[in-house]
Amino acid sequence: MEKQSSNRATQLIEGLGSSLRRCICSVLSVGPVPKHIAFIMDGNRRYAKKQNLEAGAGHRFGFLALMNILKYCYELGVKYVTIYAFSIDNFKRRPEEVQSTMQLIQEKIEGLIEKESIINRYGVRVHFCGNLKLLSEPVKLAAEKAMNATACNSKAVLSICIAYTSTDEIVHAVEEACKEKRDEFRALDKSGAGYGLSGLGENATDRNSPLIDTADVEKHMYMAVAPDPDIIIRTSGETRLSNFLLWQSSSSLLYSPRVLWPDIGFWHLVRAVLDFQRNFAYMEKKRKES
Amino acid sequence: MPSHVAVIMDGNRRWARMRGLPVGSGYEAGARAFRSIVELCCNWGIRVLTVFAFSSDNWFRPKVETDFLMGLFERGLRDELQHLTSAGVRISIIGDVSRLLKPLQVLLADAMETTINNSRLHLIIAVNYSGQNDIVQACQKLAIKVKDGLIEPEEINEFLVERELETNCTDFPHPDLLIRTSGEIRISNFLLWQLAYTELYFAHSLWPDFGEDEFREAVYSFQRRQRRYGGQKS
Repeated sequence: MEKQSSNRATQLIEGLGSSLRRCICSVLSVGPVPKHIAFIMDGNRRYAKKQNLEAGAGHRFGFLALMNILKYCYELGVKYVTIYAFSIDNFKRRPEEVQSTMQLIQEKIEGLIEKESIINRYGVRVHFCGNLKLLSEPVKLAAEKAMNATACNSKAVLSICIAYTSTDEIVHAVEEACKEKRDEFRALDKSGAGYGLSGLGENATDRNSPLIDTADVEKHMYMAVAPDPDIIIRTSGETRLSNFLLWQSSSSLLYSPRVLWPDIGFWHLVRAVLDFQRNFAYMEKKRKES
Repeated sequence: MPSHVAVIMDGNRRWARMRGLPVGSGYEAGARAFRSIVELCCNWGIRVLTVFAFSSDNWFRPKVETDFLMGLFERGLRDELQHLTSAGVRISIIGDVSRLLKPLQVLLADAMETTINNSRLHLIIAVNYSGQNDIVQACQKLAIKVKDGLIEPEEINEFLVERELETNCTDFPHPDLLIRTSGEIRISNFLLWQLAYTELYFAHSLWPDFGEDEFREAVYSFQRRQRRYGGQKS
């Protein structure tokens, strides 16, 4: 009897909370809403230490916080969300920690595509962005399965940066762009178009026609699936990008609340969006000028 | 103490507007603040100071303003070159200088040559600079090497890209600390690749008001930070 009424109370509170959020989202939607928010989910291990939990538990709480934040973002109408799940630099951590984090990631990826998950509820297409060759087979397979399972979703996009660093992304994009150009030249060569590679070399030294331009590089970025982020939020008070979306962050508003990632809530998101709206007119002007 | 400090000197025009002065006065006040920061860097043993003097996105400002800015830059450099040389400051310029007027280009080349052996402070001035263009021009150089058969695309790695970036003029291409004044919290196409692990500090004061106290506060903030580079806390 008591359990029933406490369940009802919880449901009531959740219902109230949800209505309040919907109200606030409607108010915020009167102004411009960011199309893309990126998150550096920092502070899980510090949270575990603070709560006297074992180290890995912080990441589990972090995952719960992530699910809530995704819900709030999609309720607000943010179409693209990107998260920094695991950096190539994080492979430097203790092997036991890396392994347990990878196991958790695999578990959660598999959970993402279950019927009742947020991903399906909000029609989210999932992309895994990074050097996936660095992942172990089971994690890689889980990621590919999730990408295939959500390929038809089109209401929103979730980009999970895993085995990712921005410098690695740029190098990979340059490599692919160079390979593409080299293959183009070879095809021209083979088809006997009359230009040997050395002939092209003479043309290429004409500085008016560069071999490779910004568009060539950009189209091979892992993150080409989304526009540049409007806001990058890093929790736990550290104010640095840590090799995340360097190329794409040029005009992003950076927000670094002190809260640890597992403690992040709706109000932090509201604050970030309000900041974004305050700066919007100025940024639009800059965008039109460039 | 950070080895390499980068600065986005933002807020000169707002400073002038707030005082009802013409924009030019803002830039002049900014130039004074810049001189004092260069001196502080020399005194505090900072090895490299990179300043965002002019972005390629800034050409969209009114011509009268950009002309004034270029003139101020040229006058300032001419007046200060002697003093900087004797203070042991080495000057390097990054960015596309081909769009600047010829006399300024000559002056910049001259300044770089005369100060090349100085070693107390390396002052890198970003003029008509764009972080994205810096990466693209590095890629273009690598593309030409691939085309010429000097390297295979698969051999391209972070080290090769860094070697071609415009910041290859220094042994410390990665700023430890980036300071942006005037409360704007974004990178605005400044050093993008190089800022991968840089501690970012956003100051509320406008650039002309950024003096020794504010700089000291920024450095204290940097010294209190825990830099983990993705690994674990040592």
